Amino acid sequence: MTAEETPAISVEVRDLVKRFGAFTAVDRISFSASRGEIMGFLGPNGAGKSTAIRILCGLLRPTSGSVRVAGYDVATDADAVRQHIGYMSQKFSLYNDLQVAENLRFFGGLYSVPRNIIDERIEAAIQMAGLAGHEHDMTGTLAGGWKQRLALGCALLHRPSILFLDEPTSGVDPISRRTFWDLIHDLAASGVTVIVSTHYMDEAEYCNQLALINRGRIVALGSPAELKTHLRRGALLLVKCQPLGPALEALEQNPDVLDAAVFGNALHLTVRDADRAIASIPQFLADHHVQSIELKEIPPSLEDVFVELASAPPAANEARAP
Amino acid sequence: MGIAEASAPAVRAEGLLKRFPGVTAVDHLNLEVHPGEIFGLVGPDGAGKTTTMRMLAGVLSPDEGSATVAGFDVVRDPEGVKNHISYMSQRFGLYEDLTVDENIRFYADLFGLGRREREEHAARLLKAAGMAEFRDRIAGKLSGGMKQKLGLTCALIHHPRVLLLDEPTTGVDPVSRRDFWQILYSLLRENVTILISTAYLDEAERCSRLALLFKGRVMLCDSPDELKRRMRGTVLIVPSTRAREVHEVLANAEGVSSSVLVGDGVHLVVDDAPRRIAQFRKQLEAASIPFDSIGASEPSIEDLFVAYVQAQH
Repeated sequence: MTAEETPAISVEVRDLVKRFGAFTAVDRISFSASRGEIMGFLGPNGAGKSTAIRILCGLLRPTSGSVRVAGYDVATDADAVRQHIGYMSQKFSLYNDLQVAENLRFFGGLYSVPRNIIDERIEAAIQMAGLAGHEHDMTGTLAGGWKQRLALGCALLHRPSILFLDEPTSGVDPISRRTFWDLIHDLAASGVTVIVSTHYMDEAEYCNQLALINRGRIVALGSPAELKTHLRRGALLLVKCQPLGPALEALEQNPDVLDAAVFGNALHLTVRDADRAIASIPQFLADHHVQSIELKEIPPSLEDVFVELASAPPAANEARAP
Repeated sequence: MGIAEASAPAVRAEGLLKRFPGVTAVDHLNLEVHPGEIFGLVGPDGAGKTTTMRMLAGVLSPDEGSATVAGFDVVRDPEGVKNHISYMSQRFGLYEDLTVDENIRFYADLFGLGRREREEHAARLLKAAGMAEFRDRIAGKLSGGMKQKLGLTCALIHHPRVLLLDEPTTGVDPVSRRDFWQILYSLLRENVTILISTAYLDEAERCSRLALLFKGRVMLCDSPDELKRRMRGTVLIVPSTRAREVHEVLANAEGVSSSVLVGDGVHLVVDDAPRRIAQFRKQLEAASIPFDSIGASEPSIEDLFVAYVQAQH
């Protein structure tokens, strides 16, 4: 397929619902991912990420709503969908007692890669994964980061146009993780659409677009930078002061402070109005015999945004109801 | 404990070494944790965190070196250690078919606590954990985050002086993770010393001090602020819709020691921020690549980790 023939939207989900008995695992989610985009599903365990991804892969039928992947409807054309997607999970399903090249050959057979091109594809996968010279190593003896790149090579042997990654770098050391994400960005640049599910906030930073998922719903959708630009309730302040305990107790009673929490050797405050709080808090602390050392507004992390959205009542969704 | 011992380190390890067939899991590790600290053992899988924890808890003997925890020698007096500390492993032994209350009672009995002391302490701990209304729930029916909090409650029931927590927040949702840390901070007021291990580098920021572990060794050990101060260079963030091209142009530019492509831009570690910002602007404009305003940011613990490992190779 050439670039001209490939539709710009490679995954389109409209009002997707999945119920298991009385339990709604996925609750009316809608989004679309363009060709070459890296889209992240960020949410806690049990939020509905895996269920949504299994539906997108054509492994589970939706209760209602429409899902088109690579131009095919997953409800009616699940087989066609599966030919166009690759899948790699956190528990890379590699055979530890096979050699690197043998694992690739095995997955090539599984994905029905034609025999006349399999050697070429295996060679390409080894080059991409940086495993040249290790073709005959036992897979079980590879370090975590190497195994992960081999698993990626296996998932790409049939040249899928959409790649699903399920917590691909949990527990992997930061250097291997950066190498892995460089590969993913290369793939995206070559036109592969990547859908990642993760509960690691720092893995989410590598995505172009993020859907924060909680209790089966998308509670926010945007680029990491867009999501971090504002907390719905106000601003985040960092306060370095001594002693911390009395400062926390006092600030919890301050009407300008919506939330106060210890964070390492400092406090994080959520306030309605940053300027007003920055002007008034030093005197407030002095009145409570606390010496303030530093007070400044800091950008919220993805975790701050997530915690705020997940702990607040689902107002946005409720408000839509008639 | 004598008065002389009161200011002694809560945890001290000297030259701890543990080999398993084919691998040195912990390699001459030195640590000193002061009373009332939250000290983090931070590193990726396989760095030696769990092996270190198990040796400090007195459940695994070191091949070399020595350690004391709460004043007790882990090799000569592992029972003394076990009575004065609490060790919560990744697979903490909760009884899934018992209720929350029954689990707590089980651990209280194990440490010989009286009924009244148990009741008072359990009520306080459960309230702090936000679990007071779940006392009759079967442990197996709790969410992952709630199970962790119940594990912590059980681990604290006998008033340990030192708490060893091995990756308690792995796989826990962000809201429960935050609650869990607030409980840990509240324990500091009772002068409990906490040694916690984690593979989440962002969690390192929450510790009073931390040791960055890699391949069984302590790479760096200090407070998060101090570690960042020691890192040479500044992190610049260049937001761009064409991040990939930015990365290609700037990765090998003068003064850049690392360049990472993220979802909506590029993170670069540079030697001299004002100078490089001006230089990057020129380079990107010359290449006609659009970009938003370039900003400086504090390095993260991950930036530090990567810079340190790369400097060694």
